[in-house]
Amino acid sequence: MDIRIPTVGESVVEALLAKWHKPDGAFVQKDEAVCEIETDKITMDIFAETSGQLSVLAPAGTILAVGSVIGQLNSAAEQPPAPTSSANAVDRPEAATSPAVRQAMREIGVRSGQVQGSGPAGRILLADVPDTPPAGHLAVKPPSAAAPGVVRSEEPPTYQASVPSQPAESAPGEERIRMTPLRKRIAERLLRARQQTAMLTTFNEVDLAALQAYRQQRKQTGSGVGLLPFFVQAAVEALRLFPAVNARIDGDDIVYHRFYHLGVAVSTDKGLVVPVLRNAERLGLQEIDAAIAGFVAKIKANQLAIADLEGGTFTISNGGTYGSMLSTPIINPPQSGVLGMHAIQERPVVRDGQIVIRPVMYLALSYDHRLIDGREAVGFVKAIKERLEDSSWLAGLK
Amino acid sequence: MSEQYDLIVIGAGPGGYVAAIRASQLGMKVAVVEKRTALGGVCLNEGCIPSKALLDSSELFAMARDKFSRHGIEIEPPRLNLAAMLARKDEVVKKLTEGVAYLFKKNKISLFTGSASLKGADESGLQQVAVEQAFQLSFANGDQQAVEAPQLLKGAKVLLATGSEPIPLPTIPFDGELVVSAREALGFQEVPEHLVVAGGGYIGLELGSVWRRLGARVTVMEALPGIVPSSDRQVADYLQRSLKKQGIEFRLNTKVTSLRRLGNKAMIQFGSGQDSGEVDCDRLLVAVGRRPLLQGLGAIELGVSLDTSGRVIVDENYQTSLTGIYAIGDLVPGPMLAHKASEEGVVCVERMAGKSAVVEYEYLPGVVYTWPEGASVGKTEEQLKDAAIPYKSGKFNFLGNGRAKAMDESDGFVKVLAHAETDRLLGVHIVGPRASDMIAEAVTALSFMGTARDIGLLFHAHPTLSEALKEAALDLHKEAIHG
Repeated sequence: MDIRIPTVGESVVEALLAKWHKPDGAFVQKDEAVCEIETDKITMDIFAETSGQLSVLAPAGTILAVGSVIGQLNSAAEQPPAPTSSANAVDRPEAATSPAVRQAMREIGVRSGQVQGSGPAGRILLADVPDTPPAGHLAVKPPSAAAPGVVRSEEPPTYQASVPSQPAESAPGEERIRMTPLRKRIAERLLRARQQTAMLTTFNEVDLAALQAYRQQRKQTGSGVGLLPFFVQAAVEALRLFPAVNARIDGDDIVYHRFYHLGVAVSTDKGLVVPVLRNAERLGLQEIDAAIAGFVAKIKANQLAIADLEGGTFTISNGGTYGSMLSTPIINPPQSGVLGMHAIQERPVVRDGQIVIRPVMYLALSYDHRLIDGREAVGFVKAIKERLEDSSWLAGLK
Repeated sequence: MSEQYDLIVIGAGPGGYVAAIRASQLGMKVAVVEKRTALGGVCLNEGCIPSKALLDSSELFAMARDKFSRHGIEIEPPRLNLAAMLARKDEVVKKLTEGVAYLFKKNKISLFTGSASLKGADESGLQQVAVEQAFQLSFANGDQQAVEAPQLLKGAKVLLATGSEPIPLPTIPFDGELVVSAREALGFQEVPEHLVVAGGGYIGLELGSVWRRLGARVTVMEALPGIVPSSDRQVADYLQRSLKKQGIEFRLNTKVTSLRRLGNKAMIQFGSGQDSGEVDCDRLLVAVGRRPLLQGLGAIELGVSLDTSGRVIVDENYQTSLTGIYAIGDLVPGPMLAHKASEEGVVCVERMAGKSAVVEYEYLPGVVYTWPEGASVGKTEEQLKDAAIPYKSGKFNFLGNGRAKAMDESDGFVKVLAHAETDRLLGVHIVGPRASDMIAEAVTALSFMGTARDIGLLFHAHPTLSEALKEAALDLHKEAIHG
């Protein structure tokens, strides 16, 4: 059975075969992850549709069109018995490499499957091994001085058992690494957002004392939810009041959306992913909370679908998870606005003529000034602020 | 005078001296402590090199005596000048040990002559090594000069490379005269009448060959059912038959049990299962194995961990259970071979310098310098069977090789083992003329993860012995041209 680059979304035509989880010739069980692909939007695993012996047809690091055959699963092959001796190490057909190539690959912590060979029959030549690990590749940590307790008892170290390491000192000067498709696409989008919109940011601050008290109260009754669902609900109401923020420009027209598909930014080690909460206006606090947790789990398991990322009408970003106090988020076109949440900090504020300490978060709304007036933008943020500070509004939420 | 070193190497054998030079190349400040005044360890002084010098000399002698007439050269039977032969051997050794001293000088390595012992780490974490009866060879004025040396060296790391020593028979200690190790067997002042060799490993067979060629009666007693036990059986059996034709007697499954002295001679009792017997001899070479040389080093006193066979346990960086103390070569597990020790020495210090070097043990060749020579790399047929690895075998006899015929040295064969499905080379075993040189091609091919087809496709100059390897690789696919 062929393994192909799957169709992952309407706008995705190619994908980077990031790495093979299983080596060529390995026996793979049905539903085991065999490789990882990276597109401009998403990183995902491809799972074996059947059990069988894996033949790798495309080396990791290649960019392939959707639908390309990258490997095969031979389900007729018998599963080999578990290896019983180190002698089996040579039993596995692996890509043939020279000693110098193996040494160079160890230096940067990669395996033969992760380097594309330019020699005869795809053989990896010394010149094919880069000086630094490919981008996105997590280099194996250099070996630390072995603890006195760490000893081996049988064989001397073998190639298979050795720990690839990094040079202690990297070369001085600069390091040039090719952008992954994901990074490249992010770069293009960010630049386009800057160039093709009239982006402006407005700020406000929100006192979260009431919200924190309410969350505490819910927690005690066993119905606790995260912070984000409240912002989603407040944003949905604010979007209803200021429809331009939920609109987009299409040529000479402004298209108003009657639905509220809210992108919520989730950070991963491969970049920012923005899954979309569809029809957020129909979702209660608990449902929003569960939906976000579902996205996080899917991202971690490399199972997020392209459909999860498409069709957003407005985005809520949260720099606060990194500790940011204030920032100006960038619009994700064709959307017209993005709300930035930030870290909550206790600050002295004046209430009824008294200086009191309150948990405060700065809010930032970046908006496309072409279709959103300043008055609307400020009003939009203020509407969110007022709701989140209003304990009776909070208490009335589903 | 308490200089600090980055690395103190104990032992200047093929492991230690190579590690020291490599460490110096990598920018470390290196001291070496060696108890011999000559460098190079057992390998240069009383092992690989002198034995090869004698093997080559004795082979020429035997050739002149036994083979010249077949080439149409009629000479008086050659007379042996053993003293001159031994002197030439000593000259070879001297040149090479001086060569190592020159390399130390070139690489600015401080050499201390004396016995080293580990004294643990000082309060700042530096390893301390005491040197007894120390003098330092200074290379300052061009010539080597012995100068007063510090008794205590300090260094960030210590590399143990003290090698190994021969194991005596349990009931018969070495006496240096009648009961000897390889060291003395390289310097017999007279050709023994009857040399009994306990142990059919490569040391016993090589030295047995030397004295057999020079006229001694030689009997090899091996406790196991076959000689060179770790070899491919087909190679070992062929080698045994070949050596038997040269007049070496073999007693397998036989142990030397005791020895009764009769003046300069001795009666040796031996047992072989139910059977036992005795034989008289004037020399007993004990070559039943070697053990790590740790005595007096202080490592055991500091609590270094050993495995059940007494080898030092090290991690992938060759660090022992003692932090900052490393070990390589015969001290650590694996075959006791000079080239293994050298590679481990290089890899050990490269890893200290943060490089990702490893020793690829699966491509470690082994050679026995008898005639014909035996050489191998990779798995034996027995190992492949045990591991249930599907393989194909190809074989070619030197009888069909033009160059071997021209040399009148057509004993032996080449055997190539490759994976049945992938054709990847798994092992090459050679018994035959110059097998020691031929194995290099096989090591290269295996290291490059080549296949039998690769060797079959390569040019091999004609007429050369190496064509036998190509033919054996072709034979694996039933395509040998001359087979």
